[in-house]
Formats: sequence, structure tokens, C-alpha cells
Amino acid sequence: METMRLNDVTANDLPWKIKYDASRCTMCGSCVATCSFRAILPKVERRRMVFSEGNFPEPKARFSAVPVIRQAKSIRNYCRGCGMCEKVCPNDAIKPERNQDTRHPVITRCLGGDSIKRGGRKNLEGSTRTLDSIRVGRISQMTDPSLDAQRHTFDLLAPFGRILPPKKLPFSPDVDQQLVTNALTPPVNWIYPVIIGDMSIGALSWRMWEGVAMAVAYLNEECGLPVRMCSGEGGVPVRLLKSKYLKYMILQIASGHFGWNRIANAMPHMVEDPAGILIKIGQGAKPGDGGLLQAGKVAEHIQAIRGVPKADLLSPPNHQGLYSIEESVQKMFLSFNSAFKFRVPVAIKVAASATSVSVFNNLVRDPYNIVGGFFLDGIDGGTGAAHEVSLDHTGHPIVSKLRDCYLAAVTQGRQGQIPLWAAGGLGKTGDLAADAFKMIALGANGVFTGKLILQMAGCIGNDMGRCNACNTGLCPAGITTQEPQLAHRLDPEKVAQNIVNYFLAMDQEFKKLLAPIGNSSLPVGRSDALVATDHAVADRLQIQHVC
Amino acid sequence: MCRIGAIKSRNYIHPSMALQLMQSQQKGHDNSGFAMVMQNLGGIFEPYKHLPTLSMACTDAGIKIAEDILHEIGFHRVMQWAPEVNDVPGLDINAMPNYVFETFDYPRNFRNAEQKEKEELLLDTRLKLRAALEPNEEGFAYSFWPDVITLKEIGDPRDIGTYFNLWTANDRFTAKVITAQCRQNTNYDIVRYAAHPFHLQGYTALANGENTFYLKNKEYQQGLHRGYIGFESDSQCFLYTLHYVHRELGWPLHYYKHVVTPLPFDDIEQREDQKQLLGIRQSLAHLEINGPNTIIGLLPDNTMFTCCDAKKLRPVVVGRDEDTVAISSEVCGINEILPDRDWETDIYPNEREVVVISDDLEVQRWKQ
Repeated sequence: METMRLNDVTANDLPWKIKYDASRCTMCGSCVATCSFRAILPKVERRRMVFSEGNFPEPKARFSAVPVIRQAKSIRNYCRGCGMCEKVCPNDAIKPERNQDTRHPVITRCLGGDSIKRGGRKNLEGSTRTLDSIRVGRISQMTDPSLDAQRHTFDLLAPFGRILPPKKLPFSPDVDQQLVTNALTPPVNWIYPVIIGDMSIGALSWRMWEGVAMAVAYLNEECGLPVRMCSGEGGVPVRLLKSKYLKYMILQIASGHFGWNRIANAMPHMVEDPAGILIKIGQGAKPGDGGLLQAGKVAEHIQAIRGVPKADLLSPPNHQGLYSIEESVQKMFLSFNSAFKFRVPVAIKVAASATSVSVFNNLVRDPYNIVGGFFLDGIDGGTGAAHEVSLDHTGHPIVSKLRDCYLAAVTQGRQGQIPLWAAGGLGKTGDLAADAFKMIALGANGVFTGKLILQMAGCIGNDMGRCNACNTGLCPAGITTQEPQLAHRLDPEKVAQNIVNYFLAMDQEFKKLLAPIGNSSLPVGRSDALVATDHAVADRLQIQHVC
Repeated sequence: MCRIGAIKSRNYIHPSMALQLMQSQQKGHDNSGFAMVMQNLGGIFEPYKHLPTLSMACTDAGIKIAEDILHEIGFHRVMQWAPEVNDVPGLDINAMPNYVFETFDYPRNFRNAEQKEKEELLLDTRLKLRAALEPNEEGFAYSFWPDVITLKEIGDPRDIGTYFNLWTANDRFTAKVITAQCRQNTNYDIVRYAAHPFHLQGYTALANGENTFYLKNKEYQQGLHRGYIGFESDSQCFLYTLHYVHRELGWPLHYYKHVVTPLPFDDIEQREDQKQLLGIRQSLAHLEINGPNTIIGLLPDNTMFTCCDAKKLRPVVVGRDEDTVAISSEVCGINEILPDRDWETDIYPNEREVVVISDDLEVQRWKQ
């Protein structure tokens, strides 16, 4: 009997403990109703009260049944620390508290016999972020004046598409000394240097996805910022495929090919070309671990869009049909280029890795000039669902790897020919403009971001293990869920408004960073504009060390 | 701060005119050097226009190194001229022992070669000379090209003029085009190669300003052509881009402006030639310049031009009379050498134009 009790799950084994003050509680039930994880439940406690009514002590005991809120003690319905209970409690009677003594990593494996899965991102805490030891330190002044962020005009665009070496441009002067074009060139779209990263319908609730898509349309049509959004692997609603807004979407194909049946079928009805195609080979937050959409999230509309039954949907970590980098060039790129009649740029997304430069070299040297972008995704990015061991113990930081790829291009005189797009924890501190700008000065043409977009929408997850339950389909913010009750917590218009406002603020901040270095277009590869306070960072990235 | 100037004339002019053009702007530059390139030569060089002239400053050992190399390749000297120096005490000049201007005939096996072959030979030879002279600073080979002379030195331009006897005009040392600049490179190390004008295969460029895309330009240009070396000054990038666009790509001159200061995307979209302009902006993105700049350039056919950065952050003015056109950082320089011109016809180029002076002195304003 005692042995059994010892191994029972208690609140002290779990990552969060509920602090509940019965004296403040009005029994309104809001907290229980709002907890999507069923981690708290109402319970009746037997209470004993000793009292004395006479002039002399004459203790009597009274028993009563008191309704209270208690924490569920289960590895299935455990508190994620999302704090929704605290948010809805009118009396501040309840809140989660982080439990330093948690035994969760052990007991979950012991009791479940399965690997731990979660969402969120790699929790690389405890050290200074590389980007935070870098400053924009080359300030224009005197003879080389800085610009005025308010008054001057700036060209804040980045290429998406294969760029030919100058000598391969099919231009020749005519009799009027004007260059004329003699042949087709690969398609290139100039877009905002921040792409909204690939988060699928399925991973996101339809209301979240709709909010993001609305924000993108608004940024383009009303604000003049040509922001593009990547669909993620999971298809696109047919109505959007057939609409003019398709031009703002980068369609993704990953190893599961989810949703591509519909996309292919919609091609004859498309009134606009998509902004691009992104072939996802790997992702940085869980390299080697494929996409994972658990059956719980495969709602009816997801089944329809993806053309699948209600089942766990796994994208294998590899495209099973691909044997080599060369084959990926020949097979996938050619088929997508030809599918859209060579009008739509096709790019590739890979996880940052010790081998990234080799992969990049293979692509940049390809004789067909068809790889239209190298999306390099580092550790520290977010994911909807993954095995925790992948999240915590695999991956490669983005900053040095992006720099390596750029310098590999410089060595070969091929910089800019395959645009470099970087991601992986950028904007983690909430300040994406600064992170993006530094990455651009290190050689990126632009960046892409996913997790930060969720935070703009109201995601309360953080890097210290709060929430990170995107995999469960029980997102308390209605962002990564397909449960109608939860999804309706999210107001798509508010989501769109927040994203639009963030981008407008970021656009201002980009100018505030361009102005002091005296540049009116993006300083791609201008590493001389950066200084590092950390010697190792400066050496590794080949920038000036300052102290 | 640099001050730059250029004079192009129907008649042969003496470098004293260039000194006067620059002297009046002396408060603007820091009197740390003087450099000039003379093209379309007159005087004693006039009979040798078709043959390459080596412009070099060197030690005695340097002369031997250079002549050995040239003889080994097969060049035959046909003319030699050294300026008579006026080494009075107290001059602010950091002089080299020898200033060599020697004209050579091509090696026998190149006499009937294609023009292009000869041009590559001249470049290779100059690079070889430079490499051989570099180790102990035995000398500086500035140019080796037909009808071109380069003179550069560290010191006060006024004293440099005195040292080389350039203040008094004569008809022995003249040219129809002279470009000049009065500052050593004070941003980085003071080295003779860092002083513009720079010359490469008939192309000359000089600039007033700072190229804040220097690193981008440099990293890209290094791999484009064997002649794109040195990078002692951020202004060398302007020459290399000019050479690349006009000679290597074979594009008309007006595309140079589209490369160094491309139109904003919104403007490109409005243009009929958007496909070409976008292609240029994409493929030559790393040759874009930024920061405040005015560039003066010369093509092998002696066409002269000037253009500015995209925000017009550096001044320049073009003035002319019947026989002469001058470009100068400050108008006081032109007032000095062309006092009787009609100043109302002076041109202050804007950020989106190229002012081009053809060899017959027609001044054109090209809108980008």
C-alpha cells in the first residue's frame, strides 16, 4: 500500500503547481471552464472545524463539505502553466507556479513508455544570445553622413528567386544603345525581407491562419509592404487558391505532400501565380524529426484540405524519393518550375547543420540556375509538435551557419545568386528588426519567422517551458487547436491587427537601423557595419571585436 | 575630404591648369597629396599615342626590376622621359628617387596581334610589375597604357607642383584630358596606390566621397577580374565597376549609373525597360554603392562623365567655354581656370543624371 502511494503522481512531480486560495474563491467556475488541459477540477473537501461557544473552552467539532479547486495529478492532464485560470479569475484566487522539483521528464517516460512530445521551441536559455553580443557599430558621421529615417526614402526589399551571374544575363545592346533581352531569365520576386514562416493549416487553427492571411493581405494592399506568407505543409483553402490573394502566398511542399492534390487540381483555376514554392527538406527546431500532426488535431476541415483520414499525420524527416542533393535539384525543382511554367521561383528550406555549406555549395553550383532561395533554419525556432529529445538535443545555431554560407558564396564570387533566408529564434526577445538587420549585415537577404507571429497573436508560451502544448490540440489561446470552442477564443481580426501593427513598427525600426550606417538599401553582407563585444563571436563571424 | 577635378579640352593643356583647378579648393582637401592622370597626350608623347607608356615611381633597384621584366616579355623602349625635379629644401613632398615615363613598342610576337590581346598583355605586364616591385616597396607601377600618364605623390599639392616644375606651362608635357585629385587616402593607410585617379585598361575614375558599400563591392569585385586588386581606397570600386560594366559586360555607359545607384523598385516598375533594370539590380546588387559620392570617369575613347550617389550627398559642378570643359568639386576651381565662361550654363548634376562630355566636347545630360 505504501509502495503504491509512493509511485502515485503528485502535484510535486509535475512541472507546475496550482496555487489556490479557497478563502478568495467565489466558486464561479471560470477557471475550470477555461482550462483546456483539464488540469484543474472542482472537488469537495471534508473540513473539520473545532469551535467553542461558551465562556469556558468546550471544544466541539463540526464537519462540513466544502467545494474547492484542485490540481489534476496525471501525466495526461497536467498543468502547463499557461495561466488562463489566473487570467479569468475575478478574485486572484488561483495561479500556476513553476515547480523546481518536477520529476516530469522521468515519470512521463516511466508511466507512458513513449517519448515525450511537446510544442514550443528549443529552450536555449542561460547564455547570452549571439545576436545580443553584436551591435550596429559603424556609425556614419562627418563626411559620411547618416540618413534621416523619417525624411529619406529606403528600399527595403529582398529577392526570392534565382539570380543569374552578370555574365549570364541575356542582355545585349541594340542600335539605340538600349539593352534588350534575348532569352528567358529565372523568375525573381522582390519582397519584404521578413517572410511569415511556414505554419500549416492543421498546426494552426483555421482562425489563426485566417488572421495571418488577412494581415498579409492588408500589409500588401493597404500598407504597401510586400510581405509574403508561407503556407506550411498542409494545403491551402481552395477559395484562397482561386483568389487574387494567392500572389501573397508561398506554397510549401514537404515530405508528406499534404494538400498538394488540391493545389494541383486548383492550378487551372488560379487567377494569380503564388509568390513562390518552398520545398521543405528539414526544419531547424527539430532536425531529423518529421512533422507531426496528432490525430486529435485532424479535424474534418483538415481532413478535407489535406485529403487524409483522421489519423496521426507524419511527414517523414526526408523526402523518400530523393536520393541526393543533385536529385532534389533535378527532380523537384524542375517539376515545380515547369508546373508553373517557370514563372514562380522555387526555393529550398533546410535545417542548419554542420553540413549546410556543402549543401549550399551543391545548389549554388548547379548548372541549371533554378534554385531560387536557400532557407536556412536554425535551432531555437518554434515548432507545433515534436519529440522533446529532438527539440532539446538536436539542431544547429543559425548565426554562424548563415555567415558560413554567405562567406562560401563570397569565396566563389557567387554572393546573391541564391538568396539566403535565415530563421531560428530570430525575434526571440521580441525585437525582430534588430535581429533581422544583423543577420542581413552578416549575409542574409532576408529572414523568416514563425513563433514570433504566434506571440503577436497572443501565444503565452515561452522558452522556460510555459505552455508549449501546441502538439496537444488544446491551445488555450485558440492558436494551435482545431477545437471549435478553443479556436473561437481567438479573434482573427485582432490577430491581423496585431501582426500589421508589429510589421509597421518593425518597418520603422529597420529605417532607424539603416539611417545611422548611411544606407538606403539593405546592407546585405555589410559585416563592417557590425561589431561584437564577445571575442569568440567576433572571430567566428569575422567582424570587429570591441570592448 | 577629397576634392576632385577634371579638364577636357580641344587643345593640349599643361598640368599647371589642373593644379590651378585644385589649388583654389585647398581649404576643402587636406593638402596631403596630389595625383593626376593625363590622357590623349601631346608634347613629347604625341608621336607615340599608339604605344604603351609606363608610369612608375621607384628606386634605382625598382627600375632594374621593371626593365628586366619588360625586356623579358619582349617590350622595346622607344622613348623615355623623366621630369626635371626641383628639389629645393623645405618642400612638403615624400618623393621617390625616380619617376619613370617610358614608352615601349610591343613584343615582336604581339605586333600583329588583335587589339584585345595587346590590352590583356599590357594589364598582365602591369600586374607583374606591381607584384615584383611590391615586396620592398621598390616602386609603384601606376599605369601601362597607350596615351596615358599617371603621376602621384604624397605631400602638399603646391609643393609637389613645385618639385616637378608643373606650375609653369610648357608645350612638352601636355594632354587633352587631365583628371586630378588632391588628397592621400587618410581613411586607411597612406600608400601611393590609394590615391585616385585610378586607371585600368583605358578607364579612369576618381571620386569624392565615401563608399559605404566598400566591403560588399570589394568582396564581389575580387572574384570578377584579375585586374581588380589593391582596394587601398574605397574609390577603386567605382573604377572596377565601370570597367566591368562597360568593358567586360559590354553595356553602354548609361547602365553604369543603373548599376551603382539603381532606381528604387517603385520607379523601376514604371519603366518600359523594367525587365533589364530589375535584372541589373538583381545580378549586380553587390556593385551598388551607398554613401555620399561624386564620381568622375573616363572611357578609353576619352569620353568623360560625372555622376553622383542616389541621394546627391556630394557636390559637383560642370563648367565650360568654347574649348574646354571642366568638372570640379567646387565652382571656385572652375572660376580659376575658366574665369570668362558664361557661368549661367554651369551644370550642377542631380542624383539621377549622368553628365557626359563626348570627345568633341558636346555636353549631354542623361536622365537615369
